[in-house]
Amino acid sequence: MTGDIIMAGFGGQGILMIGNLLALTAMEEGKHVTYFPAYGVEMRGGTANCTVVVSDEEIGSPVVGRPKGLLIMNGPSMEKFLPMLASGGDLIINSSLVEERQVTRDDVRLLPVPADDIARNKIGSRQMASMVALGAYVARSGIVKLSTVFDCLPKVISKKYEKFIPLNVTALKEGAALAGFHA
Amino acid sequence: MSALAVSPSKRLLTKGNEAICLGAVAAGCRHYFGYPITPQNDIPEHMAAHLPALGGTFLQAESEVATINMMLGTSASGKRVMTSSSGPGISLMQEGLSYMAGSELPAVVVNISRSGPGLGGIAPSQGDYFQAVKGGGHGGYRLIVLAPHSVQEMYALTMLAFDLADKYRTPVLILGDAIVGQMKEPFVASPYDPASTVEKPWALTGCAGRERRNVKSLYLKDNAIEVHNWKLHEKYERIRENEVRAESYMLDGATIAIVAFGTAARVSKTAIQWARKEGIAAGMLRPITLFPFPKREVFELARTVDFLLVIEMNTGQMVEDVRQCTPLHDRIAFLGKPCAMPTPEEILERIRLLAGKKG
Repeated sequence: MTGDIIMAGFGGQGILMIGNLLALTAMEEGKHVTYFPAYGVEMRGGTANCTVVVSDEEIGSPVVGRPKGLLIMNGPSMEKFLPMLASGGDLIINSSLVEERQVTRDDVRLLPVPADDIARNKIGSRQMASMVALGAYVARSGIVKLSTVFDCLPKVISKKYEKFIPLNVTALKEGAALAGFHA
Repeated sequence: MSALAVSPSKRLLTKGNEAICLGAVAAGCRHYFGYPITPQNDIPEHMAAHLPALGGTFLQAESEVATINMMLGTSASGKRVMTSSSGPGISLMQEGLSYMAGSELPAVVVNISRSGPGLGGIAPSQGDYFQAVKGGGHGGYRLIVLAPHSVQEMYALTMLAFDLADKYRTPVLILGDAIVGQMKEPFVASPYDPASTVEKPWALTGCAGRERRNVKSLYLKDNAIEVHNWKLHEKYERIRENEVRAESYMLDGATIAIVAFGTAARVSKTAIQWARKEGIAAGMLRPITLFPFPKREVFELARTVDFLLVIEMNTGQMVEDVRQCTPLHDRIAFLGKPCAMPTPEEILERIRLLAGKKG
């Protein structure tokens, strides 16, 4: 399985966290992978984005001009990145914060995920929104196995917060279910 | 080397900047001096966290001028020492680098370069090529310059940099950029080979019971400085003869050969894979050492291909060195983009254009 994705949202939403988790998962599955985060002027409340490339072969460019996947967690990111998405690509939007009418293209595979609403109302923690979105993307794209993502959670969540791992698993499953995948 | 050849558990998902630190520590570097600047701050952060526990020294200096002079002193005592910075900071270090080259002191200097000139910006750039390979400071010296294009190479070339620095008693520069510094990918922490370390019979370690030693760059007597210059020249010739490193990538039967280093080479690999799928015989010669430059390799390659396509993240610097390697200037094409990466799509477009010219 080969694929690439740009993830974008507000700083503090967990964009770099889920990008790193996806990259780690791909590595654990024995794949080639690169993860490139935006760096420098990003901070909480500002914008944050990262690019993950997964491949069975040696990866050339870690940055992509026409990604096959796009995960958008807020409105400003939509304006910036939607034009780049490859035709026929997967577009996951956080429909709690991004209105569907902002999707001005009809040549992409849209999956609206009310990530913030699910996180707050069904899981009880708004911080889980990005995990819900990641679950939806993984299930929709098949880029890695959802079960490997579960396995990798302890590697990105520090000991101090390990009690939240089951919550993260629930969030990933909720997102995956929206893509028609039931773990 | 295929990363898949080893068990997944031995691979670490690591940032390029961190891989430099791991390579340095594995090679026995216990002394680091530096001053913060984007996009290389992961390096001092890592060294500050780990060197004290290893009995080493991490010191944030008051400026890059102080940094390079702390390096000079540490190196003179025979210790392996490293600093890292980005363009503006590296500029401030040029005086000290000249002194170290003149004093024949080994050190490893990392430039995770950003856009310039001046304070420029934090976007990735290869605008520091001239500064890196042409001297930078005064007096006519050379640095060995290594250009990693992956996290694995950030690690391996850092270890090599320490060995080359000691072997030739000269500062070595690692020229990276924001992309290869900030990206993460799996890498394997292969062990350092201590067999490549050398004795330092010149080091200033306290002269009780032995002859005094002298480390200096000032030569005022008779023709001493001329003799010293010829000695340095002979050293740089030996480096040219023995230390050229380059990767040949899909060059079999190539009619269009990209010449690119670092991140530009990395991005070019994607474009080459796409071109090959379209039936265009593209390949690449990737200089790993920028000094010494792979002159012979470029000369030979120019005779067998239709075009050499030089790609850089600047408006044209290494292309001047490529022109010096071959008289076949009409075969040299250039694609440059200052302060940004050319995308694989842009590179493929240029490859197609060149293929059309000949086909």
